Amino acid sequence: MSEPVETWQPSARERERQAVRRSLRRRALLVSTVATVAFFAVVWFGTVSSPGWPSVKSTFFNWDDAKAAFPSIWHAFWTYNVKLFLIGEVLILILALAVALIRQSRAPVLLPLRIVAVIYTDLFRGIPTILLVFMLAFGIPALNLQGVTNSLFFWGLVALVLSYGAYVAEVIRAGIESIHPSQISSADALGLSRFQAMRYVVVPQGVRRVIPPLLNDFISLQKDTALVGAAGLFDALFAATDYANFHFNFTSYTVVALYFIVLTIPLARFTDHLQHRAMERERQGAR
Amino acid sequence: MTHPMPDALLEVTDVRKTYGEKVVLRDIALTVEPHDVVCLIGSSGSGKSTLLRCLNLLEDVDDGVIRFEGREISDPRVDRREVRSRMGMVFQSYNLFPHLTVLDNCVLAPRRVHGVPKAEAEQRARDLLTQFGLADQADKHPDRMSGGQQQRAALVRALCTQPTLLLLDEITAALDPELVGEVLTIVRDLAEQGTTMILATHEMAFARDVATTVCFLDGGRILEQGPPAEIFTNPREERTRRFLARVLG
Repeated sequence: MSEPVETWQPSARERERQAVRRSLRRRALLVSTVATVAFFAVVWFGTVSSPGWPSVKSTFFNWDDAKAAFPSIWHAFWTYNVKLFLIGEVLILILALAVALIRQSRAPVLLPLRIVAVIYTDLFRGIPTILLVFMLAFGIPALNLQGVTNSLFFWGLVALVLSYGAYVAEVIRAGIESIHPSQISSADALGLSRFQAMRYVVVPQGVRRVIPPLLNDFISLQKDTALVGAAGLFDALFAATDYANFHFNFTSYTVVALYFIVLTIPLARFTDHLQHRAMERERQGAR
Repeated sequence: MTHPMPDALLEVTDVRKTYGEKVVLRDIALTVEPHDVVCLIGSSGSGKSTLLRCLNLLEDVDDGVIRFEGREISDPRVDRREVRSRMGMVFQSYNLFPHLTVLDNCVLAPRRVHGVPKAEAEQRARDLLTQFGLADQADKHPDRMSGGQQQRAALVRALCTQPTLLLLDEITAALDPELVGEVLTIVRDLAEQGTTMILATHEMAFARDVATTVCFLDGGRILEQGPPAEIFTNPREERTRRFLARVLG
């Protein structure tokens, strides 16, 4: 079908309206700029003008100390913290998904596994992560088992996976349960097995819904890798403490904090972007 | 700018709406007087739903003027919530809130937007639910009811705010034929009570009986509008004739 040649020109009223919209947008921009600048100015001024600021500045924000502490912290951060959570996140996702699926299953044979899954989540969410790290990192080697590693890194990792697996399992279960039963009905109607319905229909939708809380847990995990340092692993926090104790300057802590922040922000923006894209693709009228 | 007719409830002039390059509405002109029942007919994608969404300010128009109760509502400075508080809308997919009972769905806007006291809002909602044969469903959650019941509840929800204009967007399109009747009966009653309505519909028999004006939309234009007797028996345009021949069989 041939479209008529477009000859439309905005009417006088429409041009007037566009001008109004532009001025409304300008006003909104002005208000947001002023509000933002004023807010941060107040925060900055309040901090800098406090009586103890000079000494805080020299003990926490000393550029020379930051430079000096940087390499050793970087080494510890990269070899332990980053590795701990990169490996940990994968294992946690697998464990948590398995636990969530088992809790959702209806097959009679799986009842014992369901009981184990319930006990596991109840128990491991209840134990403070740092206790779990201590129990595994010190307790397992004390058993003097043949052929079992005494590696602090390994048992610290296991403790983190067990603890966070329980949290993440519940997050995923919430996502799965939020999917309307009609989705399972239509998967059933297409002849999909119970497992296939979960694998291809329910889990993809459910997981997408809980990405923000999942990200919460992963950021929390990144930070909790420092708990393994408390059990003696020479991680970034341990390295920073080492520096601080030796030089009587806490700037090394600020450096560690920056490492953790630099790590989490891109991840947060990336997941926001993924979610936004999925929403635009699937939903009409989403803005 | 043309001056609106003093008693026109809604006056649409030269409305245009585009999504990117695609022009979905062009040169729309429509006047609705109080107690009018305007039926928008036309094939899917002809712009019926978009027009209703533009009237309710769910979409911004790209040109033209919409006047409601004598005031231009297509102005960017207009308070949309204030306009919508006097315009009711019912959607094809009901859009009832699944976490609230039917009664709570119905009293939400009267209580929170219009500030009606709880007892009064509930009394009005129960009266309307009774009138629409839903007295025993008031305390149920929407997903436990049939499609026809849900759509009737959605109508009651829209009516509870006592709107001066009711927009109905293909409200029977998702219902099976048996249930279509029960919803249309209610719309017919509303029309007889003098409710002003604009409805997008595929129910030609209904449009012929109830409408005061029928608009045939094609490719984003109102190709033809007039009283149903004229449009259905003696359409001016060839496109209208072909469309009617196809849907009336």
